[in-house]
Amino acid sequence: MTIQQFIDLTNAKLVTPEVPTDREISCGYTCDLLSWVMAHGAADMAWITVQTHMNVVAVAALMDMAAVIAPEGITFEAEVIEKAQEEGIALLECGETAYSLCGKMIAAGVPAD
Amino acid sequence: MGAITLKESYPVEAGDFSTAGEASGKIKRVLKKLGIDSAIVRRVAVAAYEVELNLVIHSMGGHMDLIVEPDYLQLNVHDRGPGIPDVDLAMREGYSTASDDVRTMGFGAGMGLPNMRRNANDFSIRSTVGVGTDIEMGFKL
Repeated sequence: MTIQQFIDLTNAKLVTPEVPTDREISCGYTCDLLSWVMAHGAADMAWITVQTHMNVVAVAALMDMAAVIAPEGITFEAEVIEKAQEEGIALLECGETAYSLCGKMIAAGVPAD
Repeated sequence: MGAITLKESYPVEAGDFSTAGEASGKIKRVLKKLGIDSAIVRRVAVAAYEVELNLVIHSMGGHMDLIVEPDYLQLNVHDRGPGIPDVDLAMREGYSTASDDVRTMGFGAGMGLPNMRRNANDFSIRSTVGVGTDIEMGFKL
């Protein structure tokens, strides 16, 4: 699944328009503990988290992730969006819960790892 | 010991969450530019980020030294205190002394030091209360 296909599937809003959406998502994950994510993250991952501060972008960039998704109507601050664009990480805002988003990704064939 | 390809030092300020992760990001970019295998780069990046965040959250500031040789990479970290009273306890997965504020940001899972040890080929830690902590990590290239 590409980032664009994820957007089409979930009606997520891409807040980093400069980041290409044809990138392939390798797997999905949801967790809000940054060190836990550092231990279990993977390249090209789509990571769903309620954390939206600057260090989320740092973790995603260090792990070569494809996208970070904020669920349940949570929004990213402008400076975080700017940093993500610099790093080439797609940031998505979505109304659904992390549970629902994971369910949709799994149903669409995105693996857990 | 091979010839040194690169030696750089990165300062880390205590308590500065706005720039936390920048030193690790620089290290990652440098290693990528040197053409080091991406799986190794990611392991070094994870270990570097964990130690950088430990310096930001727990220390009074310090620095991270990166030494790259043809077949070995060292990440040596020194801080100016306060030191860890019980290193064995600190190394235990899930143990953390982070504040509630820091935990709210998603830090303080007690995974930092175990993540460093897991990602490095060689790991050592020495700490003296009132003086500081030294962590040495080695990665085979």
